[in-house]
Amino acid sequence: MHELMLPGSERKRLLLGNEAIVRGALEGGVRFVAAYPGTPSSEIIDRFYQLAPEAGVYVEYSVNEKVSMETACAAALSGVRSLCAMKHVGLNVAADAFMSLAYVGVKAGMVIVVADDPYLHSSQNEQDSRLYAKMAGVPMLEPATPEEAKAMTLEALALSEKYQIPCMLRTTTRVNHCRGPVTLGDFNIPFKNEGQGGFQTRGAFNKDPFNLVLIPMVGRKLRLALLDKFPRLQAEAEQSYLNFTVGIGKWGVITSGVSYLYVRDAVRELGLEQQVNILKLGFSHPHPKAVIRKFLSGLTRVLVVEELEPFLEETVRIVAQESGYRVMVAGKGEKLIPRAFELDAAKVKRAMGNFFGIAYNPPELFSIPQLPQRPPNLCPGCPHRATYYSIRKIFGDDAIYPMDIGCYTLGILPPLRMADFLICMGSSVSTSGGFSKVLDRPVVAFIGDSTFFHSGITGLVNAVSHDHRFLLVVLDNGTTAMTGHQPHPGVELTPQGKVEPKVSLESVIRGCGVTRIATVNPLQVKKTQEVLQNLREQMKGPGVSVLIAKSPCPLFENRMLGKKQKVVFEIDASCDLCKKCLEEVGCPAFVLEQPVAGQSRIRIDAALCSGCSVCAQMCKSIKPKRLEESKGGSQ
Amino acid sequence: MMTRETLEVNAVRIFFTGVGGQGTLLATRMVGEAALEEGLSVTMSEIHGMAQRGGVVESSVVIGDAFSPTIADGEADILMAFEPLEALRALPKCHAKSLIISSTVPVVPFTVAVGQSVYPELAALHDSIKEKIADLVWLDAVELARKAGSERASNTVLVGVLAGTGRLPISKNSWEEALKRTLPARILKINRQAFEAGYAFGSAGQPLA
Repeated sequence: MHELMLPGSERKRLLLGNEAIVRGALEGGVRFVAAYPGTPSSEIIDRFYQLAPEAGVYVEYSVNEKVSMETACAAALSGVRSLCAMKHVGLNVAADAFMSLAYVGVKAGMVIVVADDPYLHSSQNEQDSRLYAKMAGVPMLEPATPEEAKAMTLEALALSEKYQIPCMLRTTTRVNHCRGPVTLGDFNIPFKNEGQGGFQTRGAFNKDPFNLVLIPMVGRKLRLALLDKFPRLQAEAEQSYLNFTVGIGKWGVITSGVSYLYVRDAVRELGLEQQVNILKLGFSHPHPKAVIRKFLSGLTRVLVVEELEPFLEETVRIVAQESGYRVMVAGKGEKLIPRAFELDAAKVKRAMGNFFGIAYNPPELFSIPQLPQRPPNLCPGCPHRATYYSIRKIFGDDAIYPMDIGCYTLGILPPLRMADFLICMGSSVSTSGGFSKVLDRPVVAFIGDSTFFHSGITGLVNAVSHDHRFLLVVLDNGTTAMTGHQPHPGVELTPQGKVEPKVSLESVIRGCGVTRIATVNPLQVKKTQEVLQNLREQMKGPGVSVLIAKSPCPLFENRMLGKKQKVVFEIDASCDLCKKCLEEVGCPAFVLEQPVAGQSRIRIDAALCSGCSVCAQMCKSIKPKRLEESKGGSQ
Repeated sequence: MMTRETLEVNAVRIFFTGVGGQGTLLATRMVGEAALEEGLSVTMSEIHGMAQRGGVVESSVVIGDAFSPTIADGEADILMAFEPLEALRALPKCHAKSLIISSTVPVVPFTVAVGQSVYPELAALHDSIKEKIADLVWLDAVELARKAGSERASNTVLVGVLAGTGRLPISKNSWEEALKRTLPARILKINRQAFEAGYAFGSAGQPLA
């Protein structure tokens, strides 16, 4: 049995915040889940995918976040409780659906999990998705811990169903990837309807076009209905147990999410337990203004502690002004709470110390000398490295290289240096078109297979229809590697072996109107470069060319097919130390040995070499060596 | 099984650092599960994503009376370093009374391998840490793991050392239960041996050097 399906009588389990959300959704009867993976939200859909057959839940890796939200809302409109999960920038993709879904609403509960990533651990930007809840007018809950994440998922479902509106569950990386004890509760609805022998996802749809089809006359009516829900949701927030106070004193702190934990530690460590009252807002939109007013009453100074934007702070200031209380309110500001990046207990202590005029002596930090950096890198044997190597050989430094989002973004690092522009998923394709119209330089764009399906197709249709002149390289490694090898429409490798893809990448590209298209295995270096040379010639005329660089992610292939490595490569004595292998390919298996008796040497670390043979095709001094037995991976 | 009341003890903050593929997150879970088994409050934080491509992997376990799952600079009571260069890099997380348990086996960063920078001498790394932190356990965890049956269990050796030092109010029983809960059955035996090797080293109380 999957750990997340253990009965409620089991003791507390240590769960990731994301796993706690899955558990909460299962306890709350969610039977339809759709998501596109994105750090830090990915484990939600991954765990659902693992337990789907056992639980009788319909789970899909949707093509992108907008599609996931639309798919899931149809289920919720048909009376099947649903959940979709995405990272913050995924909500940008889904925003069109999100804003209007708030109008139409749902019949069964629908939870939209949005995972923000303060400090950009694994993202292209920082953004505060709480503002989206405000813009859409939907209720929002903000958990601080895995235990709360589970409880609030249940609460979000109930709220959503009661008010027939999707509910946002807003997390941050430190909630999604925090692991803490979670109390397992009972499942409200038993799993799997044996009689139907399939997913328990049968819904019912009642035709009601003048409430469900958003034409202007319907939209006007629903706009008013949405505004009408707001005070009722607000009344719900006012009495929610998710908003509570801790402590006593004339000073106050208002906080939400993981910041609450930093505040609790800071209050104790500053010795302010008798001075500082804390208001913790778990149901933070609509803002419980009466709760805030009551909290402010009688306080002299209040600090709002939240990550990213002054979302709560602005409301607290409004409430203070409306109430006429003479309370000093602060939040974002120099020496107070920073707007950029994550908070931690030390930052909160510093801000509270400054604001309340309490001595805080930060610990003196040990300094360290300059150390060698350890940036992440493309794995040994990664086919993207081979593709980048060949492209640079043919297109050189003059070409512009728009980049996209995935493992292959690591191609930005030296020695490959293959990324010139990137803003978001799919931007490589569309920006290439723009560059090609205003520059007289070759433009070569990179996009991964999963990202292409996610948001590359529309850009490609646009480029073809406007005669944009560039080469689009689809780095097709057969999986969504960056987020943990999730499937996508073009997947051929499955646990059952190799299958025909549901959607052929090449057919889609031809269907977009591309006529100059070639497919290569980038691990065959000479062949790849010949094809590229030919494509370069063709690019003298207008129009889009596409190269599909097709070779499976070796990590994924090994896992799916259990392929055993047969050779490693070695550098023999004929090496003249030209260092091209280090300077042009940059495989992590290569090591420049410290000079011994004035003699340097380049070596291939046999433990890291994956046997891809790319290096041996560019250097005569590199030779294969058969392996006696298979190498093991890490534990 | 019955849930015991959570025991309140003073907070102990343990910061883990290593390189992708060394099993730091699994070790983090072992410590967290052991604390939970013992009935202690525990919260942990992990970072997934980019770090797994040969980069630095950091995580934390906070045991006892504290709320934050993360550890601010200067606030780690124990540093578990799976790689000596990363031990030094994480020194700003520590305070003068921190305990550092570090493997001495380098994983050479790519920037060093291609000659862009130089990996410090091991002795110099040791001295840079030791001059600031008295309480340093400096050991070849890979060698101990190899003797126990697999180099890949060096993460479990380091957890064993931590258990052996007795710094955490966690019984041997709870540690053993944690190993069972976090490891697949087929590698449990080797990891038990690795844990015991680390435990013996840690409880000897005589850090090398």
